[in-house]
Amino acid sequence: MPYKDEQLHEEKVFKDPVHRYVHVQDRVIWDLIAAPEFQRLRRIKQLGTSYLTFHGAEHSRFNHSLGVYEIVRRIIGNFENRNDWNDDERLLCLCAALLHDLGHGPFSHSFEKAFKLDHEHFTQQIILGDTHIHKILERVEPGFSQKVADVIDKTYEDKLVVSLISSQIDADRMDYLQRDAYFTGVSYGHFDMERILRVMRPIEDQVVIKSSGMHAVEDYIMSRYQMYWQVYFHPVTRSAEVILSKILHRAKYLFENNYTFKLKPFHFVSFFNEDVGLADYLKLDESIVFYYFQLWQEEDDVILRDLCERFINRRLFKYIEFNPNQQMKEWMELYRLFKAAGIDPDYYLEVDSSSDLPYDFYRPGEEDERLPINLLMPDGQLKELSRNSDIVESISGKKRTDHKLYFPADVVRKLSDALPAKQRIMELLNLEQPLKGENEHAD
Amino acid sequence: MLTNHAKLMQFFAAANKVSGRKKLQKMVYILQKCHVPFEEKYQFHFYGPYSEELSLRIEELCNLGFISEEKEAKSNYIQYHYQITEDGNEFLNQFQMDMPDMTEQISLLKAKSSRFLELVSTMFYFEGFPDEAIVKKVHKIKPKQKYTDQEIEEAFQFIQRMKPVQ
Repeated sequence: MPYKDEQLHEEKVFKDPVHRYVHVQDRVIWDLIAAPEFQRLRRIKQLGTSYLTFHGAEHSRFNHSLGVYEIVRRIIGNFENRNDWNDDERLLCLCAALLHDLGHGPFSHSFEKAFKLDHEHFTQQIILGDTHIHKILERVEPGFSQKVADVIDKTYEDKLVVSLISSQIDADRMDYLQRDAYFTGVSYGHFDMERILRVMRPIEDQVVIKSSGMHAVEDYIMSRYQMYWQVYFHPVTRSAEVILSKILHRAKYLFENNYTFKLKPFHFVSFFNEDVGLADYLKLDESIVFYYFQLWQEEDDVILRDLCERFINRRLFKYIEFNPNQQMKEWMELYRLFKAAGIDPDYYLEVDSSSDLPYDFYRPGEEDERLPINLLMPDGQLKELSRNSDIVESISGKKRTDHKLYFPADVVRKLSDALPAKQRIMELLNLEQPLKGENEHAD
Repeated sequence: MLTNHAKLMQFFAAANKVSGRKKLQKMVYILQKCHVPFEEKYQFHFYGPYSEELSLRIEELCNLGFISEEKEAKSNYIQYHYQITEDGNEFLNQFQMDMPDMTEQISLLKAKSSRFLELVSTMFYFEGFPDEAIVKKVHKIKPKQKYTDQEIEEAFQFIQRMKPVQ
């Protein structure tokens, strides 16, 4: 029997808190899961620094990848024998679903910004390079790894296949919303996925939703909206991200300026040089990052030591609301005052911005690039979701932005009262009264 | 602070006025490919490389009043125009950053249609592939656009002219 058709003697199942069970019958999938590059995902948290806000958020990219695979497996099960669905694409969809996040590194967001990396580039490299994953995929058929890479890169010719993994209602989002809600413990993020899967229909180059399932999709859109603002953009998580990013920038700066680390940061050298090869990339997981952060708490450099100690012990920056348009002059004044007070503003004063677009629709004649969610009406016509749903219409196309100014309140408070800058800094940062969340340790 | 916003403001200051959302997306992507250090992340979408981050950042700049967005009703579509505002210029004056001079590249890009820039950015996306493979890819993933051989040839020439910004 060709490798691509090989089935396990007995179906294997992974117990899963979100989908109850993840079922594996294909030999190829089983082998991919066992590959070192996939096992590495166990050592990378799905939500990065969110565990410092939501203590349950310790789940990994491994959990999520299995979840996306399972959802796609169920969707395909429903699509079997339907018009417009090509059963030959089954294994391709499953592999792409399983491997879609393969290139994520530790704390992806901060690392990508600090070292100019792109996890999608590494996903492609792992699939196409000299790796276990690549060898397994090429055993399916020569060129199969390229097909998987194209689906994940969204450049595969069959857009229906791409849309299962990446669209406004795809398996990726359906898994992470539910999984992140489960592990953070929040009550948002839940929706009736079973119902959505039952009303999904393949047509030509997209997946559409039978109009009778519209309310389940409304719930999904709202849960995404709530999860972004309540979980993903939580200001405390963003504070941890700011510190993490400052650590990476400081360590890079020190390296570039020939600072002698107590232990040479071997695992980081190619990152600091912005010349990261695949082998180095795969070696750096969160356990390694934490190892260095632990060591750097003992460094002579005061800034690196302090930032690492803050991150490890959750001594985060405080924040205030900030409007860059109206408060630009205050920010510049603060920047000068911090310098005068001996606090380096490049590491201890940061404006962080978050934005999200909950759902975007396509208006004929406008140049938008997101495919909308289309409802399949009883007469066979397609109607864009927000034209039928008042709830979705109310949040469609509306971006929300939030800017916050982060700083170490503890350091400012400890400044000598004799220092002329202190009083003005305290005023500008509203530190004369306790800040929200100050003196509290709970999330 | 807001460094990436400021980089985009430099772009708008140099471009004066940009018409069309799709065109704006493709212009920034092509400049990025010509080594202008914009950091917005791009993925392949409906019309080729598209950056969600750029889209959000433009929205933020509009909300902050640094860029104006005007809608113009055309016969069968709406065209968006973007331009830097006085507040935007003031914001930019407070920033000191080294950005390469992109004036010449911007004027080359502005002179082209969004359809053409969609083709060029798609070809840039497959940079590193042999030319034949790029052409094959364009036809495969953009069958509805029906790009002609002449357009593709012109796009190759255009890419050559868009030398890296110094």
